[in-house]
Amino acid sequence: MNTTETKKVLIADDDIDSLTILSTEVRHMGFEVHTAESQKEAEKLLEQLKPDLAIFDLMMEQMDSGFILSYKTKKKYPGTPVIIATAVTAETGMLFGVNSEEEKKWIRADLYMEKSIRPEQLRQEIGRLLNL
Amino acid sequence: MAALQVLIVDDEPGIRSGISRILKNYSVDFPFLEEEFTCELIEAGSGEEAIQIIDSRQIDLILLDNKLPGMDGIEVLEYINKKQYDASVMMITSYASLELAIKATNNGAYNFVPKPFTPQELKSAMENIIKHLYLKRMTRKMHQEGKSIRFQFLSVLSHELKSPINAVEGYLRIMQEKQVGDQIDDYMVMIERSLERIKGMRTLIIDLLDLTKLESGRKNREIREIDLSETARVARDTFLPMAIQKNVKVHLDSDPEKVVLQADSEDMDIIFNNLISNAVKYNRDNGEVFIQLKSDEHHVKIRVEDTGIGMTEDECAKLFQEFVRIKNSKTKNITGSGLGLSILKKIVEEVYHGEISLTSVPDQGTVFTVILPKFSMTASI
Repeated sequence: MNTTETKKVLIADDDIDSLTILSTEVRHMGFEVHTAESQKEAEKLLEQLKPDLAIFDLMMEQMDSGFILSYKTKKKYPGTPVIIATAVTAETGMLFGVNSEEEKKWIRADLYMEKSIRPEQLRQEIGRLLNL
Repeated sequence: MAALQVLIVDDEPGIRSGISRILKNYSVDFPFLEEEFTCELIEAGSGEEAIQIIDSRQIDLILLDNKLPGMDGIEVLEYINKKQYDASVMMITSYASLELAIKATNNGAYNFVPKPFTPQELKSAMENIIKHLYLKRMTRKMHQEGKSIRFQFLSVLSHELKSPINAVEGYLRIMQEKQVGDQIDDYMVMIERSLERIKGMRTLIIDLLDLTKLESGRKNREIREIDLSETARVARDTFLPMAIQKNVKVHLDSDPEKVVLQADSEDMDIIFNNLISNAVKYNRDNGEVFIQLKSDEHHVKIRVEDTGIGMTEDECAKLFQEFVRIKNSKTKNITGSGLGLSILKKIVEEVYHGEISLTSVPDQGTVFTVILPKFSMTASI
């Protein structure tokens, strides 16, 4: 992988505010950001470019859009780390941690994060996943 | 198949073994149930012994003789009630006097089998008490599920309240770090979005208060004669600024000129505000809204038509559920609480015994029709 080149990050989220905020922050970290407002749009972008990292909102057109996109990304670009972002947290009684091996196999995402994640923490996680 | 734990309490061994024999291979099923009930039998020769057993294990049914050597049947019954055990009791007694019957049923016994009884009499009494027990438990389960629905509602609610906070916080952080430049103009979109989200949150809180009032049987409704044409005019004027922004024309047509209804004015405000604000909000630029009021002898009909984005059939079906907001590229910049229409439906159907319906065509528009019976409120209050 050419590390001197600007790395591409694909972000898909159907919440316009989350998408704007997340993409602004990631762009500010120095990445080239490509955004999609839906699962469909993200799928189209995946055809055209190979992201170095992808961040998908879990629930878009479908309850599990994030998982589907994650699966498709991994299939086409096995080396691309995927983060699933969601506002679904403990309070809704739905938890999708990717801690056990069993879950990892099924979910095929590298990291699960809450949408209210702090930017410093996000930067750290992205750095870890990209070995920067 | 469910095996019910049945405790037989009688001081006469002959009666105990007789009942055991009858119930040993007894099973009961109901047409509304897949499950079949059988009995697992436990015997006790005295009230004291019975209490020991009841204290130590789960008992579903108790066949209880009243005349016992030590403590009598009524006392056992009182004990079960005091401890609030989930067991149904059937009294067996040779002295089936009216007085005892009243005393026992007051203490929570379900019914009576007079001694001597035939196997058939015992079996049909059993069938009734098992049905009773089953329904009692089902009801309780449904109450508990009611609680969990409540919990679900609160979970979604907290999510709906948190999401605008997250958005505004995110925008502020970007501004704080001047992530996209030094000019305030660079952040104008973010500022507008923040204000929009805060507005949405305020709407949610107001809607939530309306819903709480409705759910709690609410405040005192003040039923009086309301001129709905006037209510519609006021609502239209409220949303005029929003309509002007989108250059949407709002037409109001009332036939007859004054359409009156016995109703609570706040309820009527909620109905018109919701219908008209939706018609404007989900309209296209330069669109139109037609508000039509009609009245005949028995009904008032409110029809609100827009030339907006419309909905698919699937979307229409979900529309009245709490917190459902139709999410697509056309609605992404429109804020709303997702409660308005569920409130509207509750008021129309539950309070005024009316009907609400809609037809919608994607990209062409939506028509909401509310029909309110004229005499529902005078009759029920």
